[in-house]
Amino acid sequence: MLPLIGILIVIVGFALRLNALLVVTLAGVATGLASGQSLPDVVAAFGKAFVDSRYIAIVWLALPVIGLAERSGLKERSREVISRIQAATAGRVLLVYLALRQITAALGLVSLGGHAQMVRPLVAPMAEGAAENTHGDLPDTTRERIKAMAAGVDNVGMFFGEDVFVAIGSILLIRGFLEQNGIIVEPLQLARWAIPTALAAFALHGARLWLFDRQIARQVAAEATQATEHTP
Amino acid sequence: MIKLEAIYVLMGLLTGGIAVVNARDASNPRRWRNTLFWGVYALLFFAGSYLSDLVNGMLVLVMVGTAAAGLGQGTRETTSAADRLASALRHRNRLFIPVLVVPFATFAGSVLLKDLTIGGVPLVDPKQVTQIALGIGTVLGLLTGMALLRPPVSAPIVEARRLMDSVGWAAVLPQSLAALGAVFATAGVGKVVSTLATTYLPLGSPVAAVVAYAVGMALFTMIMGNAFAAFPVMTAGIGLPLVVQQYGGDVVIVTAIGMLSGFCGTLMTPMAANFNIVPAALLELTDRYGVIRAQVPTALMLLAVNIVLMSIFAFR
Repeated sequence: MLPLIGILIVIVGFALRLNALLVVTLAGVATGLASGQSLPDVVAAFGKAFVDSRYIAIVWLALPVIGLAERSGLKERSREVISRIQAATAGRVLLVYLALRQITAALGLVSLGGHAQMVRPLVAPMAEGAAENTHGDLPDTTRERIKAMAAGVDNVGMFFGEDVFVAIGSILLIRGFLEQNGIIVEPLQLARWAIPTALAAFALHGARLWLFDRQIARQVAAEATQATEHTP
Repeated sequence: MIKLEAIYVLMGLLTGGIAVVNARDASNPRRWRNTLFWGVYALLFFAGSYLSDLVNGMLVLVMVGTAAAGLGQGTRETTSAADRLASALRHRNRLFIPVLVVPFATFAGSVLLKDLTIGGVPLVDPKQVTQIALGIGTVLGLLTGMALLRPPVSAPIVEARRLMDSVGWAAVLPQSLAALGAVFATAGVGKVVSTLATTYLPLGSPVAAVVAYAVGMALFTMIMGNAFAAFPVMTAGIGLPLVVQQYGGDVVIVTAIGMLSGFCGTLMTPMAANFNIVPAALLELTDRYGVIRAQVPTALMLLAVNIVLMSIFAFR
């Protein structure tokens, strides 16, 4: 039971919204100590794993390009382009991105999306721009909600698209695990059984995006009445 | 051969440059903390492979301590809204090119570089092609941007600093969580959890076992932040011995949908920081859990769908 102290620290820390980096580090040190390691050993193990996983941070190399394009008016241009498409709404922009993200991921093209590469510079500004075209200036809560949905679309599309592709890590992990247990399965069979969930993911998240435009309209209207009530 | 180490030098230059820009920015009241934080991070990229594990660990602790004390953010605007609007009118769709170069060059690189050899030696370390291709893609994107938009030479690093400081310490959270996962694994957390699950969960019928497996995958993924870490533990604990062997479920269907149930957990946890917390910071949301909130309804509905799918198809 003692090793679970780390999990407890993480849950309490996240619930209290303490600095997550501090919480995670404390949880790691506590778990290591609870399992009988010495403090220097725990710190060394933490340092080694941190350094070994530096590859996760490579995506930040995209920031100079994105910052450069934003400085030169990328977001402004994204909004201008989307405003010329009459039918574009925030929900529909995100629905199109969901379809693109899921299909490309299913074909193994996971690297074509991403929060730093696509959502921040292109998808979120376009969705925001489309909502602005319909409703004028947006309340901050609506802006937040649109950006959060844009990030969620990237995740849902990728998670439930990539598993349909046979050579992806999760399929290979399942196959390897079963092989260790003496069961041989074909990656293609596993990928085939990812399809029903993939379709359900598109239908469910797509339906939420379909309803999203109405939600925005309600939110904007509510904010507008509140504003008039407060004007003497 | 190009290895990951070469890309880490680029990362060191980026984070080191961010430290320098912060040191020179008096508009940030906590500029020396930011300088220390990004400077130490740069050191871990340049020298992490050569320093001892203990030294690396202590450097990480310095970063964590600095972040816990609180980082700041410069307030100096690089271009005004009017400048950007004028620039958008001037450059028009050219603005999209450098940004799109990054994903497309990454994709092309990961396909083309995989089999490229020079004198029998692969040009790129075959195990790390995707990460290296991403690194090269960002460099190509930057060069394209410099050529097309002709900004001042300092613009890329000044802009990267602006974005990186708005993300703040959340930028290194995914790495810390990977480290935590490693500590959990050596401490045997998985074994304790699967013992608890098999002891206390009702597993008396096929459907109950399916529910326990799918929900267990989602919950343990939420704890570990990663379905890959949860899968071996829950499948060895519940999936294989109960759903497959005792109740005769189809092994392909059970494990494939089991993994996807774990993905539902990934959508709901701050422990999956690179999917949920980092984008919230990158999009400058005021609610750190805003992305998770947007995903929870879909995740719960999909988890229910997975349970139904597994119950129907695994026992035909």
